[in-house]
Amino acid sequence: MFFWIIKRDLLLAVRRRSDVLTTLFFFVIVVSLFPLSVGPEMNLLRTMAPGVVWVAALLASMLSLGRLFSNDYLDGTLEQMLLSPQSFSLLVLGKALAHWLVTGVPLVLMAPVLGIQYDLPADALFVLVVSLLLGTPVLSLIGAIGAALTLGLRGGGVLVSLLVLPLYIPVLIFGAGAVEANMAGVSFEAHLSLLGAFLLVSLVFSPWATASSLRVSME
Amino acid sequence: MAINWYKYSSPASFYSLAGKMIPFFSILAIGLLAAGLYIGFFVAPTDFQQGEAYRIIFIHVPAAWMSMFLYVVMACWAGIGLAFNTRLSSMMATAIAPTGAMFTFLALWTGSLWGKPMWGTWWVWDARLTSELILLFLYLGFMSLQAAIDDPRRADKAGAIIAIVGVINIPIIYFSVQWWNTLHQGASVSVTQAPTMASIMLTGMMVMVFASWMYSIAIILKRVRVIILERESHTAWVTELKNKGAL
Repeated sequence: MFFWIIKRDLLLAVRRRSDVLTTLFFFVIVVSLFPLSVGPEMNLLRTMAPGVVWVAALLASMLSLGRLFSNDYLDGTLEQMLLSPQSFSLLVLGKALAHWLVTGVPLVLMAPVLGIQYDLPADALFVLVVSLLLGTPVLSLIGAIGAALTLGLRGGGVLVSLLVLPLYIPVLIFGAGAVEANMAGVSFEAHLSLLGAFLLVSLVFSPWATASSLRVSME
Repeated sequence: MAINWYKYSSPASFYSLAGKMIPFFSILAIGLLAAGLYIGFFVAPTDFQQGEAYRIIFIHVPAAWMSMFLYVVMACWAGIGLAFNTRLSSMMATAIAPTGAMFTFLALWTGSLWGKPMWGTWWVWDARLTSELILLFLYLGFMSLQAAIDDPRRADKAGAIIAIVGVINIPIIYFSVQWWNTLHQGASVSVTQAPTMASIMLTGMMVMVFASWMYSIAIILKRVRVIILERESHTAWVTELKNKGAL
């Protein structure tokens, strides 16, 4: 059932490719706006790069949260899932992971290209990809709570940003911090370990919190 | 004397209890505030290093403490409301949020007023300042989520979940910000090395802390009474109060 729901969500995403591509293009455009606003000074861009890429990833991941549950909610699928004898938390976890596969993974794959635009050295690019790989699932998992709480509310899109962006801060700090530490020639393993710890904690708690939020929202 | 908790968990009986408690806490708040401000402005000596500017701590420190403490209290009430399905607990959580946000804002504001003469800048990206700012965001998120939901029961529960998620996250955010700050040393100024305070300054500050406590209790009770009336406006006892001209 867990894999079934991932498969189903991926299939839906493949059928509506434009949704996936919009998120990805948003990411690329936001990152490309920064050189235009602060100037093409390469040294400045290189120091900014980890932060810019991470903030853009945060925003892109948040932007796509609205679609996480809303379509299933509107056509009643979500209610059927809630009524099914399967563990609802597990189903929610499946949906969050599918969200990560659809929005997070393309960002991770795109990040090195953007990093090259910012003239990042090769090993910093590698750290950037690893940190995004560990961090973006956390974004999807935390974001799922916000998406569940704002389900069916007017102005939910803006509200979800108020709710989840403060909770994203630790991921941002250590994600961007890992790359900066690498560029400064310091060890970055501690940052990645912490990101991994966030991932584990959110894997345990987030599905449960999301499931109870969905129950509240669908009462 | 055993308190009958079940009785006072009913909004109707708590309404009148809160009404009796408000004058008591208000008078205490005003008295302590007057005493605290008097000590702060007239009794406490001028600081050797910081001159007169240090006097802002008499407002700043209580506000900062209350802002953090009230978030935890709010999350506790929200959690109780979620677990036991008691309406009054959720109303308490809703009533606490604006006061908490107000204290957070006050702490940030007075902090920057103090920072200008001391550090020469309104704002530094210090760990404490940054986490206080994030705390303000958490309060605002809680309040705007509740404001966006029309059904009060759903608003209570949704607010409770976000408050609990927030309270789990606060230590994580706090330590993240602290480590982030130590990694980026240079621009920031250390606020951690608090100089030992003269005891009269400490007394003044503690009086102000209690004043803020009493003020918070009074204003929260006042607000919860309004919330009770609003939500229970369809009930017989509110109609009765209205007919008696008590509203």
